[in-house]
Amino acid sequence: MSERVSRTTFYKRLSRLWRNGDSRPLLMQALVVLVVLLLVVWVINNTMNNLEHRGISTGFDFLSQEAGFGIIQTLVEYDESHSYGRTFTVGVLNTLLVSSLGIAFATVLGFLVGIARLSANWLLARAASVFIETFRNIPLLLQIFFWYFAVLAALPHPRRSLAFGDMIFLNLRGLYLPQPVIEQGLMPVLASVVVAIVTALVVRATIRQHRLRTGQGTIAMPWLLLGVLVGMPALVWHFSGATLSVELPQLRGFNFRGGITIIPELGALLLALTIYTAAFIAEVVRAGIESVPKGQKEAAAALGLKPGKVMTLVVIPQAMKVIIPPLTNQYLNLAKNSSLATAIGYPDLVSVFAGTTLNQTGQAVEVIAMTMAVYLTISLSVSLLMNIYNRRVALIER
Amino acid sequence: MIDYLDEPCLQKPLSQTLEQKASSLIDIRGLNKWYGQFHVLRDIDLQIHKGEKVVICGPSGSGKSTLIRCINCLEEHQQGSIVVDGTRLTNDLDNIETIRREVGMVFQQFNLFPHLTILENCTLAPIWVRKQAKKEAEKVAMEYLERVQIPDQAHKYPGQLSGGQQQRVAIARSLCMNPEVMLFDEPTSALDPEMIKEVLDVMIELAREGMTMLCVTHEMGFARTVADRVIFMDEGQIIEQAPPAEFFDNPRSERTRQFLGQVLNH
Repeated sequence: MSERVSRTTFYKRLSRLWRNGDSRPLLMQALVVLVVLLLVVWVINNTMNNLEHRGISTGFDFLSQEAGFGIIQTLVEYDESHSYGRTFTVGVLNTLLVSSLGIAFATVLGFLVGIARLSANWLLARAASVFIETFRNIPLLLQIFFWYFAVLAALPHPRRSLAFGDMIFLNLRGLYLPQPVIEQGLMPVLASVVVAIVTALVVRATIRQHRLRTGQGTIAMPWLLLGVLVGMPALVWHFSGATLSVELPQLRGFNFRGGITIIPELGALLLALTIYTAAFIAEVVRAGIESVPKGQKEAAAALGLKPGKVMTLVVIPQAMKVIIPPLTNQYLNLAKNSSLATAIGYPDLVSVFAGTTLNQTGQAVEVIAMTMAVYLTISLSVSLLMNIYNRRVALIER
Repeated sequence: MIDYLDEPCLQKPLSQTLEQKASSLIDIRGLNKWYGQFHVLRDIDLQIHKGEKVVICGPSGSGKSTLIRCINCLEEHQQGSIVVDGTRLTNDLDNIETIRREVGMVFQQFNLFPHLTILENCTLAPIWVRKQAKKEAEKVAMEYLERVQIPDQAHKYPGQLSGGQQQRVAIARSLCMNPEVMLFDEPTSALDPEMIKEVLDVMIELAREGMTMLCVTHEMGFARTVADRVIFMDEGQIIEQAPPAEFFDNPRSERTRQFLGQVLNH
């Protein structure tokens, strides 16, 4: 009897907790956490059971095994004798290379096309909108194939390369650039470059201060800075007697050796990612600029500001708060889309690690988990940086 | 309606001599403008002399805002000539900029720059257009902010101010460029009734100091108190212009009488 009474009071208390506006959210969250934990435990347990059942060893020991395969583009030293761990590093670096270059180029191209799209010049505005509508409406994979198989594959063979002044060569195997090699006296020249950059920054700040104080002297600034940046290292170079040689690409046998090589896989992927993403960024930029009320431009113009200054001082700063969140999305898309590299054999992370390494080792869970972790880290870092920037441009109201 | 008849600036210089007419600050002749097929401004002739205060009124859609927006080329006109302080408005961009430096404008929607502080709003153009030193520009800006009685808001953002305060900042921002003439495009139409007076007070003060002013407004009390001349526009034409006493008490055209009947008797 007494047990029954206590049970009813327990239910009463519970229902009171459930109806309480402070405790109900807590109860709900506790329930959700419980469900998620159960799911995770079940997935891990299930996976371990299956792996054991099929006799697959788990763990990250495979990372120290010899990889035994070559990679056509490596930013760090690598050959067949290096480990799978090294393969992972090479893949991550290649992914970061194409993503960061793609983000930089797509941003510049996207802003230019977006602003051109709003130009009063009829031809420019039409050209920009044709660009946008073409490239954002064709699947990215098809565009990668287009650049790789249709455009770059149509380039001549190495023996009939397109040559630009016997220094730069373009052929079906890639783009060959001269590589500067400083043979001696490297340190003073490098040091002078650093000093020149610091000096230029100081000069710039001083001139700006001077201008804000007196309103004088802005015109010569770019030339002065250029002079400092180029002049100082050049003088140090001349007087320190450092010698610099340029390693030119040379045709040996069937292909060029020496110099810097940009492989066609990188070229095609970079072109496709840049142009595809730029088309979306252009629309983001256009939307941002159009979100700024017309009255803002009129007020700035009525004060006598030139059109360029109206754009940079009044319109763009206000457009940025509208541009940044969708721009972040485009950056994230570009980084993740770079995994399509595997379709044309550019050695990115998915291709060399989640592809070749996974096939050779069979360590699916570990490899896929590591690959996912890399993309997650890249994406979260991009988001974090963009959020910090977003907070800086946010408007203060009230 | 607010009545300013007791204001001392009622004693305005009505003596427009011929000599002043020869040197009018704004000289508009044969101005015509179309929006597509729609004829917004028809054969406008208008001369404004230095120090003169002119109020333009008329029903909405009569082209009064379009007219003053043509003066600093926010709207392009198709026919006729506009000369401001000796500079003729052509499609020469330098001429347009020269004119905009001399002509201040206050908008119905204030149009302060929301990403800049009040002080930065006021110093932006002096620094970038007049190439003033920042310190100097800030000093001047603070003086004008004091004159419109909001120096204590200098470091806030426009979103933190009331409508009346924002409009007073907008006036100060224009004055910082030290313009020859001020254009007002319905400066009080977007304001709550209790904020209209604070903005009109600033404008009356400005008029008293001798600023040349061209105002599009529905504030007939302001027109009566401050204006040297009231212009009535309808369907893109100047129907009637006269000193306020004559304009309000003896309107000549039937259309003007009708309009005044609607705005005054309620």
